[in-house]
Amino acid sequence: MTPLQVIFLITAAVTLVAALAVVTRQNLVHAALFLVLSLFGVAVFFVLLEAEFLAVVQVIVYIGAIAILMIFAVMLTRKVASDDTVAANRNAGWAGLIAAGLFFILVIMLSAWSGFYTQAAELSRPGVDTADLGQAMLVELGEHLVSPQAYVIPFEVASVLLLAALIGSLVIAWPRIKKEA
Amino acid sequence: MEFLKDPVAFIAGLLQNLSAALNLPPAVESILGTVIAVVVVASFGLVLVIPMIWVERKVAARFQDRLGPNRAGPYGLLQTFADMIKLITKENITPDGADKVPYNIAPVLSVVSVVMIWAVIPFSAIWIGSDLNVGVLYIAAVGSFGILSVLMAGWSSNNKYALLGAFRAVAQLVSYEVPLFMALLVPILLAGTMSVNGIVEAQSYGWFILAAPVPALIFFISSVAEIGRTPFDLLEAESEIVAGFHTEYTGMKFGMFFAGEFLHAFTISVLTAILFFGGWRGPGIEFSPLVGFFWLMAKGSAFYFLVMWIRTTLPRIRIDHMLAFNWKVLTPLSLVILMLTAVLDKVFAGDPLRVPVLLAANVVSLFVTLWLATSVSKRQQKDLQTFPTRPVAVPPASEAETSA
Repeated sequence: MTPLQVIFLITAAVTLVAALAVVTRQNLVHAALFLVLSLFGVAVFFVLLEAEFLAVVQVIVYIGAIAILMIFAVMLTRKVASDDTVAANRNAGWAGLIAAGLFFILVIMLSAWSGFYTQAAELSRPGVDTADLGQAMLVELGEHLVSPQAYVIPFEVASVLLLAALIGSLVIAWPRIKKEA
Repeated sequence: MEFLKDPVAFIAGLLQNLSAALNLPPAVESILGTVIAVVVVASFGLVLVIPMIWVERKVAARFQDRLGPNRAGPYGLLQTFADMIKLITKENITPDGADKVPYNIAPVLSVVSVVMIWAVIPFSAIWIGSDLNVGVLYIAAVGSFGILSVLMAGWSSNNKYALLGAFRAVAQLVSYEVPLFMALLVPILLAGTMSVNGIVEAQSYGWFILAAPVPALIFFISSVAEIGRTPFDLLEAESEIVAGFHTEYTGMKFGMFFAGEFLHAFTISVLTAILFFGGWRGPGIEFSPLVGFFWLMAKGSAFYFLVMWIRTTLPRIRIDHMLAFNWKVLTPLSLVILMLTAVLDKVFAGDPLRVPVLLAANVVSLFVTLWLATSVSKRQQKDLQTFPTRPVAVPPASEAETSA
């Protein structure tokens, strides 16, 4: 049991318990806060996979923007925590059955893969020693995002999508000036 | 002399001798060294808060032409200890109907989010808690935890004013993050690396303030707004919203918010010094890492003095003016300056003209923005001045005769 495996197990347990709490809590604000905890767990997974940039961006985007927006929206609703709201509806049984089935299918398919039982090899790039590896991979990520042979088109499409969302929100929130008759 | 050359290695050597004498297994010794290092870095900021509160009160007093605390100890030096003892012995009230868990976690999260920044600050060329190669982005990410703590505090207090204060606080904090991140990107552009120590080392040919004064200004203004200091301290203005999101906090929990805010103010002063003014660079750093540490603290203290100066001088900005300033002035300016810096840096790479051209671009964009802002506000003021003519008060004729 290497220390990395211990950390992974603890983080996985915390993330899964928090994710379960998100969907079962009656108090919506508590559910949102548990969502923050599970998103932070995912950021820790990124760190364990040696992708620190993704971990930090996960915290900035998910926790710093999306989760805060969700908490805002939840706090502004009226019935946030009343005793008669039920966290599960009639189809909870079928949903649980389908989720368990999917889980078993995933585990069976993954266990047929050779990497399921072996430890992942250390990341490496030819000609770069491990001390500069993080910086080299960051540079590579940046180059891939703007290189025509790599991912520049998805990058630009995503920016256009965000621009459309920004303009859409402006249109929705623009004050309607009522002309006096 | 050995101690001066590298104090940390000296102390580590002492630790090794100690563990060899006591016959400890090597794993225990390395863990002990790591734990001691973590405790030192984490508590450095918190211990620094104690004299800093005294400095803050004395400097604010001198700006206001009075003496400041001078009763508790010589020159009032023990005033902070007296305050701490008072806060610790106060009754710890939890309001009725408050959410227990977020209520208790919020002050802790607020302090933790500031102490976590100190893990990536380079105290010297070889002293840094953790040299992440995404250090600057990490600093930006950790700020989000502080915002979360404000929301949790406001919500769990079961108090409408606290909740309103929390919403306004989060609106301000989230809005000012946008120009902050874009101003943070400019030193990353100029240095070519996101690692904080890398940015300090890239300033060997000149501080980044020469090539990017406008991003430094934007970073400083946005950071002062992020920490909730005057002129942006609507978050806790007693005349406006009781005490904002920490209305219902008493005793040491309020003490945590209080200490966290002071530490955050000093942290952003140190960050400004690191990102734009060369950090631990200065004459004489070859002799010992302690000289680098001294330079960093001196520059950080200078900026902290600037923060205190602004605090005691300027009045508070109204919430709508504050948000308008952010979205209509700071964000477009930071976008434009980011694009200009990116283009000009690549066009003039390696050219000795690079820094003067960047400086000129900064100054031009600043003047254009100020001209645009003043012309817009002049036009708005002219639109506002459509008063109906009111009769002008004239003194009665008899008084005019006697005075003539």
